[in-house]
Amino acid sequence: MQQTRLLSADAGALASPNVGEAGAQRRTAGAGLGRALKSAGPLVALAAMVLVFSMMAPNFLSVANLQAILESAAVPAIIAVGLTFVLVQGSIDLSGEGVASLTNILLAILIANSITPYDLGLGAVLVAIGAGLGFGLLNGMLYAYLRMPSLIVTLGMWLITLGLAALLFPSRQPQILDGRFVGLALDKHLGISALVYLAVAIALVALVVERRTRLGRIGFAIGADEALVRLAGINVGLYKVAAFAICGAMAGVAGIFTAAQIGVGNPLAGEGLLFPGIAACVIGGTLLSGGRGGVLHSLVGVLVLVTLRNGLVQTGTNPLLQKTIEGVVIVVAVAASTWHLRRKTRVVK
Amino acid sequence: MNAILTLRGVSKHFPGVTALDDVDIDLHAHEVLGLIGQNGSGKSTLMKIIGGLHQPSSGEVRLRGAPVRFGSPLQAARAGIGLVHQEQSLIGNLTVAENLFIDKPTDFARLGFYRRTRMNDAARRQLEKVELAVAPDTPVDELTFAQRQMVELAKVLSLEELVDGHLVVLFDEPTSVLTPSEIQALFRQVRRLKARSSVVFISHRMDEVLSISDRVYVLSDGRNVAERRHGETDPDELYELMVGRQRAGSILPRLNPPAMDAGKRLEVRDLTVPGKVAEVSFSVAPGEIVGLIGVQGSGAEAVCRSIFGVEETYQGRIAVEGREVRLTSPRGAVGLGIGYVPAERKTEGMMKGMSVAANMTVTFGSEYGHGGVLLAPARERREAEKWSQRLKIKTPSLDHRIDQLSGGNQQKAVLSKWLLGRSLKLLVLDHPTRGLDPGARADLFNAIRQLAEDGLSIVFVGDTLDEMVTLSDTILVLRDGRVSRRFDDVQSDRPSEEDIVKAMV
Repeated sequence: MQQTRLLSADAGALASPNVGEAGAQRRTAGAGLGRALKSAGPLVALAAMVLVFSMMAPNFLSVANLQAILESAAVPAIIAVGLTFVLVQGSIDLSGEGVASLTNILLAILIANSITPYDLGLGAVLVAIGAGLGFGLLNGMLYAYLRMPSLIVTLGMWLITLGLAALLFPSRQPQILDGRFVGLALDKHLGISALVYLAVAIALVALVVERRTRLGRIGFAIGADEALVRLAGINVGLYKVAAFAICGAMAGVAGIFTAAQIGVGNPLAGEGLLFPGIAACVIGGTLLSGGRGGVLHSLVGVLVLVTLRNGLVQTGTNPLLQKTIEGVVIVVAVAASTWHLRRKTRVVK
Repeated sequence: MNAILTLRGVSKHFPGVTALDDVDIDLHAHEVLGLIGQNGSGKSTLMKIIGGLHQPSSGEVRLRGAPVRFGSPLQAARAGIGLVHQEQSLIGNLTVAENLFIDKPTDFARLGFYRRTRMNDAARRQLEKVELAVAPDTPVDELTFAQRQMVELAKVLSLEELVDGHLVVLFDEPTSVLTPSEIQALFRQVRRLKARSSVVFISHRMDEVLSISDRVYVLSDGRNVAERRHGETDPDELYELMVGRQRAGSILPRLNPPAMDAGKRLEVRDLTVPGKVAEVSFSVAPGEIVGLIGVQGSGAEAVCRSIFGVEETYQGRIAVEGREVRLTSPRGAVGLGIGYVPAERKTEGMMKGMSVAANMTVTFGSEYGHGGVLLAPARERREAEKWSQRLKIKTPSLDHRIDQLSGGNQQKAVLSKWLLGRSLKLLVLDHPTRGLDPGARADLFNAIRQLAEDGLSIVFVGDTLDEMVTLSDTILVLRDGRVSRRFDDVQSDRPSEEDIVKAMV
């Protein structure tokens, strides 16, 4: 047996230097291209959609319409960016609609308004973001330290914050009177409101956090294999709480954005934000099971969804059919973006 | 000689099992210590105690004379003890560089921000040590299993720069998935490491342990049964100490030669998998054992996977019992009576955390039910018991969790999953003996031989020349995706190992 091994050792030593190295290089180049193609799926879907809509509706590619698309993408983008940090860890946060509704009301009654006497200005914005952050922290701690499933914790928090928003709502709807705040949505530079620029800035910061910081990278590691991360002596709970805090703060920002857009406090302002947010992340290739995707993916997903809605209106599609088509596109887009995973025998959960 | 690490009277009890029983070990400075024993003899538990993953139930561990008790691998690492894991500890979606430094205090993260260029440069230096030519920013997912093993090694070697003074490096079966040239690179590292560290080395390949170690301990049933110095012993003696029986003659001779002229079970014509296999043709008769071997990347594994319907893009013709088929899914292959035992037993072969019985009956249990609708648990169970006895699976009961069995018994349970299928005709085994000790290997060989005698056809990819010649009726040597040589009637006309190696390179 000893002789056997020695012989095969020689054989391998002879075979390996050229064969092995060339193989490794080929693999790297091929893998790079493959990686690029795999994540390009949602972008291709977006491009295809733009192409189809621009042929069907001449106004679709007009500057005014593209501006409209960007405006309607601002809030979903903020929600999706926040959710991404939670989803890559393999957790979920359902509380966004409630938190956004609550921060919307908080802001409307603390800033100069038609009902309450407060006029905190920027202070109102900070309180609202702080509230979002606080509920995010609470979500994260309940999940990470009491070990409750994030789905249940955040479902509860969704209802709690919705209820609080209703409680805080004064008898009549508060009209926001702070001109500078409402101006965030109304004053346009290059035809685009400050909200869009803010959303882009937030997304860029999120990208840096995701790719360049330990917080971002460990988040991916937790999504891939939490047990191994723990074994490496890393404080997993801390990173989980941080992700939920980011997500909560982003929901807070989204609530503030809606307040600027509609100009009033509305206890249901967050309604309908959650599903498009999660759908956008998944369309973009962020897996609910964690470990894959990212901020850029989710942003592309947002653009796919927003463009789709806009295009259906522009092409005069029967409004009764719009939801159905939206659903079909979501299913097709996700099928396309996970096509490469399907082929493997590996289990995809 | 001054001992760096001493263990005195160390025992470790798990519920119902005593993994280590009063073990004494000394590890000297600049020494490579070999540790051998069968699966389940307590080697891995011992490593885990030294590496901080487990704490001893009783006994004392001293490091440089001072008693220590590590609560976690991190504490052990800070004291200069690194463990190269048998089960890998790398995170797939992070880059090589991130994995190397994930568990170490570094200056690559300032206020939580990574400085990638510096991190990648530092990673490159670590990768050079293990002669691994991959870019530090490659995601670990894209590496081969062997490359990951080298990253794992680099991860431990990077302790060198972080800890002053003498290191203790533990290798838990580092060679079981490496190619010979990679093993040579590993050994160079181990010899280099001796200058400033002590090494504990576990391997099932006794010649390896003998060639690299200055001293060897033999463990059996959780006890330290022997100590031998380099040059004082040979594989036969060690084998006897480990299993208490002679190694020659432990594998049954072939009684009935396969019916080569009967209708072929499987015929493969011009099988091509782009980039992996080119125009491979062979056939398998009822009861025949066909062994495939080649260096890494030779395509032997891809041939197996094609037969089980996993390589969907294959070209060429495959016929099962004379009928031409297109195999595009494992389910289709199973329907044709083909079973497959994957190389990655722990991740692909078995359902960890479930019982032996559940693992055995998962695929074909319903065949013992009523009309394919209602299950008949008692009948399933009887069938599982039958195979468990025939293959001599050692387990307290079939309700025991499969991942608590030793590797050889796990593998036998994975085999029997297929044997429960009444229409099973062909079993494809991808590196069936990987990670098994010699005793378990011989047991498994006998089980496979027995099945072939009963008429089952076997195709397997082997790890060593030794197992190729012992087990196969026909050997196909693959090189760069092609069959470079074929040996027939191996059991009556044994080819020399030199001839096989010549065909491999």
